[in-house]
Amino acid sequence: MPDAHEVLFRTLADPTRRALFERLCREGEQTVGALTAQSGVSQPAVSKHLGVLRQAGLVRDRHEGRQTHYSAQPGALGPLVDWTSQMAGFWQIRFDDLEDLLKRMDQ
Amino acid sequence: MTTSATETRSVVVERELPHPPAKIWRALTQPHLMEEWLMKNDFKPVVGHRFNLRGDWGGVLDCEVLVVEPDKALSYTWNFAHADAAFNLNSLVTFTITPTKSGTLLRMEQVGFRPDQRQAFGGANAGWQQFFAKLEEVLVRTE
Repeated sequence: MPDAHEVLFRTLADPTRRALFERLCREGEQTVGALTAQSGVSQPAVSKHLGVLRQAGLVRDRHEGRQTHYSAQPGALGPLVDWTSQMAGFWQIRFDDLEDLLKRMDQ
Repeated sequence: MTTSATETRSVVVERELPHPPAKIWRALTQPHLMEEWLMKNDFKPVVGHRFNLRGDWGGVLDCEVLVVEPDKALSYTWNFAHADAAFNLNSLVTFTITPTKSGTLLRMEQVGFRPDQRQAFGGANAGWQQFFAKLEEVLVRTE
């Protein structure tokens, strides 16, 4: 699986991050403050999640005065809409869990 | 890419694991271990046994064991019935276990998808299914 898919899956595997991204898709551009108010986590945590989303190309930031506005870049998800990529991503994550299990198992 | 409506496709995921084949076989075939990395299940390593895989998101996969070769190969159907045909999925999952110098090569191949079942990928943890359904809506809206 190409690295780009891996990055997208890992980025969106986190439920808080996914919720932030879905909200930006649904409601359009938002400030960090507005996102924090409804997220249930601290502002530094929200900023960190937004940074990860930005690195994956899923959101874009825009500075205006002292505020940073974030908007979703749903086009970045294009590669994942293909089902073979979806399934490959699913199995990669399952295999990660299998590896963790094997480490914990007795011989 | 042009494809006919009946064309099957496959997904292959391979991983080299520093563990012996017998241990991997246990993880693939003992229900309490399968639950830890795959899904809740009532699997038995018996050809013809029908079982379900139950995802955290509430989806249930219908499966039937087709091949059981201890420490070597395991194959079962992986079907997901849904009222919306776009979510229906009939597929076959085959695990192949090959010893290597340092452990084992585990290969998973899933075949049987059709291009008209783009959204069907039953089995995703963490709400992937709903997520991608929503994603499709978002992408359609932003086109």
